[in-house]
Amino acid sequence: MKDFAQLIRKLDSTNKTSAKVRALASYFDRASDPDKVWTIAILSHRRPSRPVNTTLLREWAAEAAGIPHWLFEESYHIVGDLAETIALVVQGGRENVDKSLAQVLDELITLKGRAEEEKKAYVTKQWQGFTFYERFVFTKFITGGFRIGISQKLMTRALSQSTGIDEDILAYKLMGNWDPKSISFHDLVLEKNKSDLLSKPYPFYLAYALEGEPESLGDTSQWLAEHKWDGIRSQVIFRNDEIFVWSRGEELVTDKYPEFSGLVDKIPNGTVIDGEILPYPGNTIGTFNDLQKRIGRKTVSKSLLTKTPVILMAYDLLEWEGKDLRERPFSERRQFLEDFSKPFVSDRSLPLYLSETMSFERWSDFAAERGRAREKKSEGLMLKRKDSPYRVGRKKGDWWKWKVDPLTIDAVLTYAMRGHGRRSNLFTDYTFGLWNTNEEGERELVTFAKAYSGLTDAEFRKVDAWIKKNTLERFGPVRSVTPFHVFEIAFEGIAPSGRHKSGVATRFPRILRWRTDKSIDEANTLEDLKKLIP
Amino acid sequence: MEKPLLAFTKKGIYCEKAGVYLDPWKPVDKAIISHGHADHSRWGHKQYITHKRNIPIIEHRLGNINSSGVSWGESFVVNGVKFSLHPAGHIPGSSQIRVEHKGEVWVFSGDYKTEDDGLSTPYESIRCHSFITECTFGLPAFSWRPQKEVFRDINEWWAENRSEGKTSVLFGYSLGKAQRLLKHLDTSIGRIYTHAAVENLNEVLRTYLDLPDTIRITKETKKEDLKGNLVLAPPSAHGSPWLRKMVPYETATASGWMAFRGARRRRAVDKGFVLSDHCDWEGLLGSIEATGATRVICTHGYSDIFSRFLREKGLDARTEETQYEGELAEINSSGNDEKD
Repeated sequence: MKDFAQLIRKLDSTNKTSAKVRALASYFDRASDPDKVWTIAILSHRRPSRPVNTTLLREWAAEAAGIPHWLFEESYHIVGDLAETIALVVQGGRENVDKSLAQVLDELITLKGRAEEEKKAYVTKQWQGFTFYERFVFTKFITGGFRIGISQKLMTRALSQSTGIDEDILAYKLMGNWDPKSISFHDLVLEKNKSDLLSKPYPFYLAYALEGEPESLGDTSQWLAEHKWDGIRSQVIFRNDEIFVWSRGEELVTDKYPEFSGLVDKIPNGTVIDGEILPYPGNTIGTFNDLQKRIGRKTVSKSLLTKTPVILMAYDLLEWEGKDLRERPFSERRQFLEDFSKPFVSDRSLPLYLSETMSFERWSDFAAERGRAREKKSEGLMLKRKDSPYRVGRKKGDWWKWKVDPLTIDAVLTYAMRGHGRRSNLFTDYTFGLWNTNEEGERELVTFAKAYSGLTDAEFRKVDAWIKKNTLERFGPVRSVTPFHVFEIAFEGIAPSGRHKSGVATRFPRILRWRTDKSIDEANTLEDLKKLIP
Repeated sequence: MEKPLLAFTKKGIYCEKAGVYLDPWKPVDKAIISHGHADHSRWGHKQYITHKRNIPIIEHRLGNINSSGVSWGESFVVNGVKFSLHPAGHIPGSSQIRVEHKGEVWVFSGDYKTEDDGLSTPYESIRCHSFITECTFGLPAFSWRPQKEVFRDINEWWAENRSEGKTSVLFGYSLGKAQRLLKHLDTSIGRIYTHAAVENLNEVLRTYLDLPDTIRITKETKKEDLKGNLVLAPPSAHGSPWLRKMVPYETATASGWMAFRGARRRRAVDKGFVLSDHCDWEGLLGSIEATGATRVICTHGYSDIFSRFLREKGLDARTEETQYEGELAEINSSGNDEKD
């Protein structure tokens, strides 16, 4: 535990990725095998299930710190992270607790079944025995969400440096369901496995946003357009009678989308498809909101599968009959894709669809198609040069994304809340209102959206200082402020909603700019917003 | 009911009987100044009364002003009201202001800390009936380690960077924090270079303080001279092109705010050293108790939370709005002493 806490302290005291990876690699060099397995588990979000709920944890922490409960809560709102708050307010170091990481996690696993008093005694004792960083990580094990600036990818890189095993192979080895309590480091990491390379994806080719007008791209005959679908960019691999689904974050997500397993005996081995996983409720493309219900789940219930099924919208073919096609022109790869997939795409019981490519004579026709993006539930168009190879990473020139302009409205800042993480203790989460005339004929501001991104750090600091001086009322972490500032809010989609007080739900609202030139009387009305609903 | 001896007005804390303001934020005729930070000693007053050690500081910042200096504990009477200054331990020349009239005693803390920093005259507790206290770090989440331990960490950090051939860039407020850091850096590790904003204040404070030697960074300073050495700079230098000369470097900020991981990440410094010139939670509670005051007025900081806690302990405590910023200026504003 001491070494692990020391590692977290070290990771916390540098902003440089290379230094973080070095620190983690040298920890892997020294740690015991069970501690290594647990470290891998924790940094790949496989912590034991929560033995204590956070309400109890907060009560116990206030008691251990000798402060009233309200004062603990206020401190928590300001610090912005529960484990950190507990680590700060509870004074430790009473008696030295020296346990291995694996022992602490074993204890937390058995703690789950214990009586509340026993849990309290155990947790309080550890808090008071640990140093700050030990207390912080111990509490993080309980509260979960171990986000400390080291991704699974960086952890894999460090493990690769320490073991000399290729990063991609390690990434594959660490996938899937394994139990850190029972698996050995040898079985998890070191054992050679012939199928290691089987699942290996190709690096994704990513596009930059088109700046300016498409006319700059030249002759329209060189270009194909397709809709830019709003789901999870994925690579689906068929090899050795197995299927592997990789997300763009290079996460193996095969288990999350069981509907694709039906394709295994249809699609020949040696096939790799680049596409987009899209939600498809009621046989129509759903919203990203629908997909979000699926993303977070490791196991998917039957009812969710029926309610929110997914499909693969295929864009490109990267491998065919075991051969790498990436150097072939896009138009040729598309031809292969269309030819082989024809029988499957026409079979509507299979979750495979083809993203249609379109060509137009004039750029204005491309623009018109882009104008249909919202009704087609896409984010805009992708423009791909017909002779483009499938490149590695984000490259300019051959592929461009050409998103539709967001919808915008001018709204008034009405409430503010402190942010989390690097924005803790700054008021950065805002609620915005639009004018509406109520039944008594009075003009009032009705909440329509919350947003916490889009301003620069300097702007956030200015707004934060203003909020602290212009607070009307406090409701826990939330403050109502004098209606004074107008912000232009951008959002991607809009739909009627019974769940929102305004009667309208917006997708991905964010702050476009601070309209210091506008007074609150010049902000938009709820009626203006409703007119934007298609 | 008789009017209180000190009142909070639009211009600042006002003693009507004497016609004197304490650390006013709007121009007034007669101001008693607790210390030299910009939010407490503002421009435009006709007369400044402050501790002798603060005179060179405010003259450096404000230019030609009409000022008079007094010593610790030396009392002076204005219209029958007795005033005296007592060490606040915040930065060199920082005072608490004691105000007495007909046996009633008020103390305005200005900014203060209870730990002896080895540089400022250490804080003295003054008995009073009413205590006006800052509470910049008035939350139980703030608990400072002894500065000896923090400086050991800082010097280890410097030595480690040096062994890797890197320059150590340490950010601290130019007035007070920078000199405190300087005083405790281990000069056997290497040389100490300074940003002009820091060095200007060093020159002012060297008139009465003994500080280790420093080298001002100028256009002529060579990159290879800096390598492995330490650079003291104000927080505003962070992320500026001025740092290019220090490559390769590691950055660190010394501030009470560094107790929060979020604050550290927001500033994107590599390392945060928790070192403050203000009291932590226990420091505030202990000093309030030592004053024996039954009435406590909380100014800048987590004043609402802090005064509620004091009320629950049975004190007559409340919050008053001021325009003091405390250590917030260290991480949020430009950190420029000349900003007024």
